[in-house]
Amino acid sequence: MVRERSGRCSFSAFGGGEGSTSPTRRRLLFVTAGAGLALLVPPADATEAAMAEAIRQLVGEAPLEPGKVKLELPSIVENGNTVPLTVSVESPMTEADHVESIHIFNQKNPQPFVAAVHLGPRTGKAYVATRIRLADSQRIVAIAKLSDGSFRSGGADVIVTLAACTEQ
Amino acid sequence: MARVLINLPQRAKRGDIMEIKTLIQHPMETGYRLDNKGVAIPRDIINRFTCTYNGDEVFQAELFPAISANPFLAFSTVATESGELVFSWTDDRGQTQTETRQITVE
Amino acid sequence: MNFLLRPLVALATTIALAAAPDERRSGYDIAGPEIRAMQDDDTANPGNLWVLQGETLWGKPTGAADRSCADCHGDAQMTMKGVAARYPAFDAVLARPLDLEQRINQCRTEHQKAEPLAWESEDLLAVTAFVARQSRGLPITVSASLELRPFLALGKQLFEQREGQLNLSCSQCHDDNWGKQLAGNLIPQGHPTGYPIYRLQWQSLGSLQRRLRNCMTGLRAEPFEYGAPQAIALEFYLMERARGMPMDAPAVRP
Ligand code: HEC
Ligand code: HEC
Repeated sequence: MVRERSGRCSFSAFGGGEGSTSPTRRRLLFVTAGAGLALLVPPADATEAAMAEAIRQLVGEAPLEPGKVKLELPSIVENGNTVPLTVSVESPMTEADHVESIHIFNQKNPQPFVAAVHLGPRTGKAYVATRIRLADSQRIVAIAKLSDGSFRSGGADVIVTLAACTEQ
Repeated sequence: MARVLINLPQRAKRGDIMEIKTLIQHPMETGYRLDNKGVAIPRDIINRFTCTYNGDEVFQAELFPAISANPFLAFSTVATESGELVFSWTDDRGQTQTETRQITVE
Repeated sequence: MNFLLRPLVALATTIALAAAPDERRSGYDIAGPEIRAMQDDDTANPGNLWVLQGETLWGKPTGAADRSCADCHGDAQMTMKGVAARYPAFDAVLARPLDLEQRINQCRTEHQKAEPLAWESEDLLAVTAFVARQSRGLPITVSASLELRPFLALGKQLFEQREGQLNLSCSQCHDDNWGKQLAGNLIPQGHPTGYPIYRLQWQSLGSLQRRLRNCMTGLRAEPFEYGAPQAIALEFYLMERARGMPMDAPAVRP
């Protein structure tokens, strides 16, 4: 494993690195907890259209109904490198009625895909938990494909105070 | 061999839904980063994970660069019979790491 | 010094250092619920991947002596319990304190007749994490012995002196402004309870020295070399300042 990473990174004064950035354009800001969020300036979205396109590829012409899909992630994250995420879908998970797959998408990383998992009655619960990288504050969407061929969706918004280093 | 942590019960009652948690050491290099000479670091991620239970695939995941370094996955499976759960992770180079755990179902 | 006075002096120093012990908060105490959950769950805490590797190395014969750590130290759960909580510790031969990494490397060179492990190498982090894990939950109890006094004084001075192009001291952030937000980071009190830590920013495990280097680079100050006497003095002062706080290595920090 590589530890001393170089590469582009949005270093905060104390967050980041061993790497050196220009010494002159640093300004120190002390603000009380929470207020720091006001400083966020979301950059232009790279892939909002890409996400819409990726979702269209998955569901085709089928209607995409909201509900039943619960996507949980912290509403504010301290570091975009490792954001815990869980998706659970209301489903009896029987042979006749189950979730076949769950697809997770994001708006503002360089690629719209996060993960896709394949489940079935043997899974018992329509549930998955993982940890993701977020380059910016954005909306994360999960789409469940049910065994009757229909699709359900759910999503959540997340505010990232320190973007994932590797996605810049 | 990458280090792996797997958490699942060693014994379960038939029909129980068991939670399984897995963690593997991997940088999940996104392919979007530059080294200090400005050259792109090639993508190197675990792109696929599977879990089989006595030979039947019960869970499968396709992973993308947006998954964090040292990927963590938690999911569930129904305890059906005693036997073997096999976990495998495959990376961009096509290498697969496999771990096996036994379970007793009564 | 009169031996009757010693405990009093030690006590006085402790009081001066930790003015309000009950107001102390570790990085864990101020972390959000997700980070705490990640740290507390053994399968979710990536630091445990290094602990696992450290356990393997602990049992592996190494060097010209072909001895493993376990050959001499046996079951780490017993013999390494509380050890990390009292490092840096004084080395009588060298007449200076060594931190845990240096102590482990001393066993490599002297007892295993092997090359020392490089700072921040996977193996050194792994063995250190494995040893530190055995102190989880135990209070920090670095020695207050007299011969360590000058090193403590140096560490305190380094902590309080302004430095770098930003002309700030460690203390200005970690004593005076903790709990405030700085460019997206919550400023902690800076207690070294959890090292080596899995830092989300690094996406990897790292040592206390690496963490200090980050703060010094942040100040636009020249960081100390790994293992430099100043770095060890600073580590020692930080541990003294955190005396009594429970260890939580391998911790997860943003
Ligand atoms: C040949 C025997 C031997 C081997 C092998 C050995 N050590 Fe030691 N270790 C010692 C002895 C003896 C001490 C006591 C202090 C001294 O060396 O002066 C010690 C002390 C220590 C201490 C400090 C304990 C304390 O209470 O302060 C640590 C930590 C330690 N060893 C870790 C390790 C690790 C990790 C390894 C394997 C990489 C290792 N040792 C290998 C003999 C050994
Ligand atoms: C301008 C403010 C500032 C200064 C000055 C500063 N730090 Fe920090 N320090 C931080 C911030 C912010 C963090 C937490 C970063 C994060 O959470 O990503 C931190 C983290 C730490 C930690 C980690 C605590 C933990 O929970 O693991 C230690 C130890 C530390 N600093 C020590 C020092 C030392 C020693 C100095 C002086 C050489 C110093 N800091 C100077 C802002 C500062």
